Amino acid sequence: MPAFDYAPAPESRDIANLKPSYRPFIGGEFVPGSGEPLKTLNPATEEVLAEVGTASAADVDTAVQAARKAYERTWSKMPGAERAKYIFRIARLIQERSRELAVLESLDNGKPIKESRDADVPTAAAHFFYHAGWADKLDYAGLGPDPRPLGVAGQIIPWNFPLLMLAWKIAPALATGNTVVLKPAETTPLTALVFAEICQQAELPPGVVNIVPGAGDTGAEIVNHPDVDKIAFTGSTEVGKLIQRSVAGTRKKLTLELGGKAANVVFDDAPLDQAVEGIVNGIFYNQGHVCCAGSRLLAQESVVDELLAKLRYRVSTLRLGDPLDKNTDIGAINSAEQLAKIRELAESGEAEGAQRWTSSCPVPDRGFFFAPTVFSGVQQSMRIAREEIFGPVLSVLTFRTPDEAVAKANNTPYGLSAGIWTEKGSRILWMANQLRAGVVWANTFNRFDPAAPFGGYQESGFGREGGRTGLEAYLHG
Amino acid sequence: MTSSTLPTGLADATRDEASLRRFLHGLPGVDQVGVEQRAAGLATRSIKKAAKLWAIDTAISMVDLTTLEGADTRGKVQALAAKARRPDPDRPDTPRVAAVCVYPDLAATAVQAVAGSGIEVASVATAFPSGRSARSIKLADVALAVDSGAGEVDMVIDRGAFLEGRYGEVFEEIQEIKAACGEAHLKVILETGELATYDNVRRASWLALLAGGDFIKTSTGKVSPAATLPVTHVMLQAVRDWYTTTGELRGVKPAGGIRTTKDAIRYLVAVHEVAGEEWLTPRLFRFGASSLLNDLLLQRRTQLDGHYSGPDYLTLD
Repeated sequence: MPAFDYAPAPESRDIANLKPSYRPFIGGEFVPGSGEPLKTLNPATEEVLAEVGTASAADVDTAVQAARKAYERTWSKMPGAERAKYIFRIARLIQERSRELAVLESLDNGKPIKESRDADVPTAAAHFFYHAGWADKLDYAGLGPDPRPLGVAGQIIPWNFPLLMLAWKIAPALATGNTVVLKPAETTPLTALVFAEICQQAELPPGVVNIVPGAGDTGAEIVNHPDVDKIAFTGSTEVGKLIQRSVAGTRKKLTLELGGKAANVVFDDAPLDQAVEGIVNGIFYNQGHVCCAGSRLLAQESVVDELLAKLRYRVSTLRLGDPLDKNTDIGAINSAEQLAKIRELAESGEAEGAQRWTSSCPVPDRGFFFAPTVFSGVQQSMRIAREEIFGPVLSVLTFRTPDEAVAKANNTPYGLSAGIWTEKGSRILWMANQLRAGVVWANTFNRFDPAAPFGGYQESGFGREGGRTGLEAYLHG
Repeated sequence: MTSSTLPTGLADATRDEASLRRFLHGLPGVDQVGVEQRAAGLATRSIKKAAKLWAIDTAISMVDLTTLEGADTRGKVQALAAKARRPDPDRPDTPRVAAVCVYPDLAATAVQAVAGSGIEVASVATAFPSGRSARSIKLADVALAVDSGAGEVDMVIDRGAFLEGRYGEVFEEIQEIKAACGEAHLKVILETGELATYDNVRRASWLALLAGGDFIKTSTGKVSPAATLPVTHVMLQAVRDWYTTTGELRGVKPAGGIRTTKDAIRYLVAVHEVAGEEWLTPRLFRFGASSLLNDLLLQRRTQLDGHYSGPDYLTLD
């Protein structure tokens, strides 16, 4: 009997309405941008997708001025209920253009279409809907009697969830009456520039949202601009630290959402098959390009062998390949640099004595791909247990008692998320209290909701995004 | 209560009522949200063209074509058997189904009607569908089926005993019926709709496997809900775990409520990805269905002809 070969079911790339060139969006218009243009690649094929104009220091200054003008003349003066109408309109337009956005996101980022279509884009729309609802209710949010916006928010977002991170940043900023200068990541600027079109379609007053593509230097211009009131950054801990240094001593408010090395703790009484699903979802979702990924599996010694056997079987069924194919579970690594980093860290794992197991799934010849990999016999002292890999690589450690699980889970400079798998409710509550992490998931992983605040401890950053708490980051109490 | 063929660890599990209970309650739990999410996720695999045609033919070859009505007659069974032999008379390359499934008193008629075709006769014995009768009567029911030449016996477990926690009794009953089956294959119907929780489904699956069931089957088709994807996921995990533990391959049969090709393909994807490729054979996976076959045939024609044909081009039964 032949094998059950699924038929390829690729989304048409025409749906993305890909244009040969994209330009910065400043003061309600697409402008040439005087920075050095950059080329954005399809990481699954290494083909150039489009040329993107970038913002120079002068362009950033123009964008900040446009945002300031829009802030002072219209946006902050507008009643909350009016602002809400614009934000609702944006949310609906994201839904209307969801297929286009999903395909474009998968082309530019390399993530599987089923994730961009079923998670990224709908959740981005949900963030705008949720925050639109807050715009006229800020007085009742418990954030002081007369909460006022901060002014111009400079926002810098990463390449792992380009549109979703944009939504996390822009939706609360607009709802609270701030205006925005946002820099998308160098390798994934396209959906942000389509979002700029959506702002035009929604007839958002010019200057309320400005999108300035560019690399780190553009980001630095935003961070150091004297007329920016707030910086919101999601990205690497390294860059976060630089930003914090630059902002120190200024009046600028700052929130940072940085790296992670989350522990996913599986007790011997856990629902093992679903724990395996949660582990897979925790580390292989979005190719492991997730700051809150469950990259350290802490398994109780009494079940580790059974759990690993089930996990390896399950991982071997993951389908890696064309991100636009609906059957693809794992897409492409976003860039050659990132792939090199993942390889280097995986090699260090082998060199330090961990046992490497890699799925035998076929890997395409072209494009940046990394087959899902599980390291067992990992010790706390190894680099793969301490450093964020940001790729589809899981490190498996073991523990004997709940106290040891807590100690190992917390033994990291990061603290963004954690997972607990057990059928014992009292243990879930006890663990959740002990774990130093911004989010603790119980018997699930990587669940997001606009109403649930998200953020970190220690080197994972500070401040919260989402929920009522997330509004605080954009308001004077 | 022991079974001689089991590996030591599992044989100990069936030593007495208490150890059986400890074993079944020591199995990992099933998280409802998680299993339903996984089932829904897998259901979105895209199967088209060649893959779809392959899936349709495989599904046809896994059908236990079933009639289980009070009004069943010999004529009805003969018609069913003819349909089983040649599901689509216009297309002789259509695979035949795996078995016809009838009540014990009609097993002899069915055996005669499928003779020489390689199609099995399955018979629902043990006071189907409720299972509420004396052990002796259930055994007599099985004897009638087996003596009539049925190669497969579909038994129902005593859900009352299971829900009361009398696992030993359920275990022994399955063992006795397995012994009464002789050469015939035993499919153990758990009636998962009455077991209510996924934890119970997993325990009942293991109980049936421990007692020697060749197949575990979801439902009689007389209780709603019958087969569901998440329940089938749990059962596929059970046979996969059984294989990992013992090296033996046992089968799974969802029954009741699977009516469309789309549904059937979702089950095949689950078989493929949850249990594994080895299970994609009628020896280890069956569909208990009556109306599914015609939809499979209709879709098969659509794949081959490139356009839809109507139900009137297919035979009723």
